[in-house]
Amino acid sequence: MTGYLRRTGQFVVILLLFSAVSAFANWPIYRQIPEGSAVVVLTFVHGADRKAECRTRSPEEIAKLAPNMRRVLDCPRGRRPIYVELDLADKNIFRAYLPPTGIAGDGHSRVYQRFVVPAGQYEIAVRMRDTPRTEGFDHERKETVTLVREQMFVVDFRSESGEFVFR
Amino acid sequence: MIGVIRSVLRRGFEWIERPLDRLFGPALNPVAQLGALGFFFYWIVAVSGIYLFIFFDTGIERAYESVENLTNNHWYHAGVMRSFHRYASDLMVVMLVTHLLREFAYDHYRGTRWFSWFTGVPIIWLLYTSGITGYWLVWDKLAQYVALVTSELLDWLPIFGEPIARNFVSTGTLTSRFFSLMVFMHVAVPLFLLSAMWIHILHISRPKMNPPRTLAAMTLLALIAVSIWNPAVSQGHVDLAKAPVAVGLDWLFLPLYPLTDLWGNGAVWAFLGAFTVMLGLMPWLPPLRRAKAAEVDLAHCNGCARCAEDCPYEAIRMVRRSDGLHFPTEAQVNPSLCVSCGICVGSCPSSTAFRRSQEFKTGIDLPDFSFQRLRELTVETAESLHGEKERILVFACEHGGGAGHLTGVVPLPCVAMIPPSLIDLVLSKKLADGVAVAGCAESACFNRLGIAWTEQRFAGERDPYLRTRVPRNRLKTIWVSALETSRFEHELAAFAERVAAIPEIPSALPLPQTIASAPSPEPKRMPEGSVP
Repeated sequence: MTGYLRRTGQFVVILLLFSAVSAFANWPIYRQIPEGSAVVVLTFVHGADRKAECRTRSPEEIAKLAPNMRRVLDCPRGRRPIYVELDLADKNIFRAYLPPTGIAGDGHSRVYQRFVVPAGQYEIAVRMRDTPRTEGFDHERKETVTLVREQMFVVDFRSESGEFVFR
Repeated sequence: MIGVIRSVLRRGFEWIERPLDRLFGPALNPVAQLGALGFFFYWIVAVSGIYLFIFFDTGIERAYESVENLTNNHWYHAGVMRSFHRYASDLMVVMLVTHLLREFAYDHYRGTRWFSWFTGVPIIWLLYTSGITGYWLVWDKLAQYVALVTSELLDWLPIFGEPIARNFVSTGTLTSRFFSLMVFMHVAVPLFLLSAMWIHILHISRPKMNPPRTLAAMTLLALIAVSIWNPAVSQGHVDLAKAPVAVGLDWLFLPLYPLTDLWGNGAVWAFLGAFTVMLGLMPWLPPLRRAKAAEVDLAHCNGCARCAEDCPYEAIRMVRRSDGLHFPTEAQVNPSLCVSCGICVGSCPSSTAFRRSQEFKTGIDLPDFSFQRLRELTVETAESLHGEKERILVFACEHGGGAGHLTGVVPLPCVAMIPPSLIDLVLSKKLADGVAVAGCAESACFNRLGIAWTEQRFAGERDPYLRTRVPRNRLKTIWVSALETSRFEHELAAFAERVAAIPEIPSALPLPQTIASAPSPEPKRMPEGSVP
C-alpha cells in the first residue's frame, strides 16, 4: 500500500511540474502593442545615385591601365546615402540618412522602422532624396489614411517606378 | 560574489532535492537525472516530430490548415503527438536551465569539468534555435509574432542586404521557398543539437543518457495526461495585414522576445553576447585550484584496469606495457582530466592496508595525499579516539555532511578512495569500535560514482570487495549533503548507540610496528622494472 501511495505521490509531482510547463507554454498573454493601436511600418530597399558621375578617361590614363581593365568610362562604385523623412499628422516621426550597404558602400540603402500609433485618421507624408541635390526631395507622397486597430500600414518604395507605395 | 551566488543556489537545490530524495529515492529523483531526462525528451521530440511531418504540409498556403487538421480531426494520435512535441521541447528547456544551474551550484564546471560546461553553451543556442524555428511552421499568429521579432533581431545585425522583416509586414511578400527554408532549418538544427549533446558527454565516464525505466514510464504517462488535458493548439491563422497584437507566448522558449520592446534589439544582442561569453569563461573565473593528478607506480601496477574502470572522468586508460614486466598493459593517467578524487587509489589491488613494508607504495596514488598518508592518518585519528565512550571512526568525503564533524574524522576527497581493506584493518585490529563512511547526498555525489562504487565494494559486487569477515553491524554508510550536518550527527549518534550494544570484538593481534608508527616520507618512485 505504501508503495502504491509513494508511486502515486511521485506521479503527482511529475504531473504538477508538466502541467505548470504546459501552462507557461502559452500563458500569460503578451500584448506587444496597446489596445486600439495600429502599426505604421516604413520599409524599403533602394539604391541612391553613385557618389560621382562617370568620367571619361584620357588616352594616357587608359594606356596606364592593364589591358583587360582599359575602359573609357571611370564610374565610381560607391553610392550616396539616402535621406528620408516621415511625417505623421504634420509631426515628423522619422528622419535619417540611410547609408549604402556593402563593404565598398555600393549596395542599396535599406530601412525598416516600426511605429505604434493609436488607430484613427492621419495625414502621412514621406519624402526621400537619392540624388546629389541638397535641397528639396526627389520622391514624396502625402495622403490622408484611416488606420484601424491592429492594422499593419506599410510605407514602401518601388525603385522600378520611383514612387512610394502605401498599403 | 560568484561563491555567494553558488552557495545560495546550492541551498536552494538542497531544499528541493532532499525532500524529492525521500519521495522518489535517490535513484529516481528527477533532479539527479536532468541530463538523462534531457536526452529522453529529445528523443520524444524527435519521434513526435517525424510523426507530425507525415501530416504536415510544407507549403505556406497549406501549413496552417494541415496543423489544424491534425490537431482537430486527428486529435487522438496526431494532436497528442503535437502536444508531446511542444511540451517535451519546453521540458528540454526546463531540464537544460535546471541542469546548468545545478552544475554551477555544486561547482561541477571548473577544473577538468570545463569541457562539459563549455560544450554545453552551444547546446543552449541550438535548443532555442530549434524551438524558435518550430514555432514559425505552425503559421499562426504566434508564428507571425515570432517571425517578426526574430527577423527584426536578425536585421539589427549588419549581415543581410535586405531586411528579412519586410517579408512579414504585408501579404504576398512571403513565398513558399522561404517557408521551405524554415522547415529545413527545423530539421537540420536539431541534428546539430544532437551532435552537440554527444560532444557534451564525451569526457564523462558512464554518462547517464537514459533515465530509469520507472521514471521514464511516469514521464510518458504524465505527458499523455497533460497532452489530453491541455493540448497544444494554434492561435488563429496569420494575417500579415494585421499586427500580432496579443499572443499567448511560450515563456520558456521566448522569454527574451518581450525584452526587444523594452530594451531594443541592440541591447538584447548585447545581453545575449555578454551572457554567452560569461558562461563560456566561467570555468576559469576563478580557476579551480587542483591537487596534483594521480600517478602510476609501474613497479606496483599489474595492469588489472580496475582504476580505468572506476575513474568517473575517463582520466585513466590502459596502454601497452612500457617497463618490460610480463603484464600486457599498464595504467596511464591523463593529468588534464584527473581531478585527484582518489577513486583509483581505492580500486587498486596494491592498496592493501595490511601490507607491512616500511615504505608503503601502491600502484596508483595521489602525490598530495598518498595512500600511506591515509593509512597513517587513519591510525592517528583512531588513536585520538581513546577515552571516548564509543570509538567511531569517520571516513568523511570533504564535500559531504560529515566533513565538519569535530572528532574522529579522516577527511577524503571522495569516500571511494578508501580501499575496503582499510576498513578491515580498523575493525580487525580494534582501532575503533565502529566505522562510519560519510559521503555526499546519495543523488548528488560530487565525483559522480564515488557512492555507487563504495556501496558495490561493501556489498561484494565490485572489486576490491570488503571481506565477509568484516562485521557489517560495525560499519555504517551515511549519505548526506554538506548542509545536512544535523542529520549526519543524528545518524552518527544512532550508529554509536547501536555499536555500544554489540558484544565486544574478540581480542585482535596488535598493529604491526611498521603500520603503527610508519614514517611518511615523500613519495619516491621505485626503479623501473623492479618487482615489489
